[in-house]
Amino acid sequence: MLKDYVQPKTVDGVLASLRQGNARIIAGGTDLMLDMKAGKTEVEKLVDINCVDSLKKIEIVDGSIIIGAAVTHQEVATSKLIQEKAPVLAKACRTVGSLQIRNTGTMVGNVINAQPAADAAVALIALGAVAEIFDENGISYLPVEELYLGVGQSKIDSSKQLVTSIKFPSLQSGQGSAFVRLAQRGALALPMLNVSVVVTLSGDKVDWLRLVMAPVAPKPVRATEAEKMIQGKQVNEETIIATANAVASQANPRDSALRGSGEYRKSVLQTLVKRGLIEAFAEAQK
Amino acid sequence: MAKTVLKMILNGKPVERLVSFDDTLLDALREDLGLTGTKKGCGKGECGACTIIMNGKAVNSCIVPALQAMDAAVETIEGIGTVEKLHPLQETFVDYGAIQCGFCTPGMIMSAKALLDKNVVPSREEIKEAIAGNVCRCTGYLKIEEAIMAAAEMMQSQQGK
Ligand code: FES
Ligand code: FES
Repeated sequence: MLKDYVQPKTVDGVLASLRQGNARIIAGGTDLMLDMKAGKTEVEKLVDINCVDSLKKIEIVDGSIIIGAAVTHQEVATSKLIQEKAPVLAKACRTVGSLQIRNTGTMVGNVINAQPAADAAVALIALGAVAEIFDENGISYLPVEELYLGVGQSKIDSSKQLVTSIKFPSLQSGQGSAFVRLAQRGALALPMLNVSVVVTLSGDKVDWLRLVMAPVAPKPVRATEAEKMIQGKQVNEETIIATANAVASQANPRDSALRGSGEYRKSVLQTLVKRGLIEAFAEAQK
Repeated sequence: MAKTVLKMILNGKPVERLVSFDDTLLDALREDLGLTGTKKGCGKGECGACTIIMNGKAVNSCIVPALQAMDAAVETIEGIGTVEKLHPLQETFVDYGAIQCGFCTPGMIMSAKALLDKNVVPSREEIKEAIAGNVCRCTGYLKIEEAIMAAAEMMQSQQGK
């Protein structure tokens, strides 16, 4: 049963509060409140991080964009900086839940909760994002891609560790990105599929591509084969089709009552990847 | 049951109330403060019936911990308009038949108000985005959108825009 709720003002204060009792971090609480009500999470003390000013920032330092742990989806989606320098992430955050959910749920919380198709996580992996983690032993860093352990489980232990921020390189000219999503409705619907693309061109050739898809496995998956295959290729329709085929052949979505049959999703995936590549190429060529 | 004092500015007035650590803001409003205008539909953040405005933003009070409202400015349907002088949204919801059973209405009005407080000339798309998290089983949404459009126009002329 919950016996205490504290709102420290500093990162050190958060870590100190975690040390006493069976405590756990709460940010937006959009998932945690439900888990607690359902008895899935037993805690005695909640450590609310929303009063720590340093965790509420979106900033750019030496070409790296840094998003704090208390920043909400809506703040990311409407940030001019993110819309310009990481549009894939602004779009991903904008598709989450409803406005009410985006106004409370945090982007970093979405990542730590490790749902297989967490929209923000899919975009962040495509951007090559890294999480900054504070605990008793000091600071450490972990790529978002390696943060997943399994469905709903991440390597972060929110009873001991605090992810203070997530950072990634801002996109430059010659780079483009896209986020494409298939869901049953426009709002309040979990993704049946989502795809994030980040591409770097040199001239009219592909320098490198990062393509992440979900939910086709317990965690977001990089289309590594297709990423390799497309390197050095001309930007044209042939390349787009070949890449989309390669992505689909690597993916193996399961049949799901909620998300549609595997067969259906595999064939739609191809189309989504094509759309994503067209959009990302166009952005990179601007 | 462990309790603590929640202090907030509720509909413009400071209030203090003893709440449980695991209360949601919706529990605190309905049970502890007796403000039952805010409705509980799903209790899971999926229907929007419990929408209130916290520090200028529409949120689902059913999944916000009550203590997250500490020192915050909270607006509920009870703070919008009076019987003598309705808020433009309340007036147009009535005029346009945007209410049937009325269960979604307090939440709808709060979502719409959060939008119009910031943007009094919204597009149809912006209205749809603002109420996308509010489920209505009766009206089919069209009349609600029209009512919000009309309220926006009323507010524009009131503000001389
Ligand atoms: S009661 Fe809060 S969203 Fe349904
Ligand atoms: S009027 Fe009945 S749910 Fe909207």
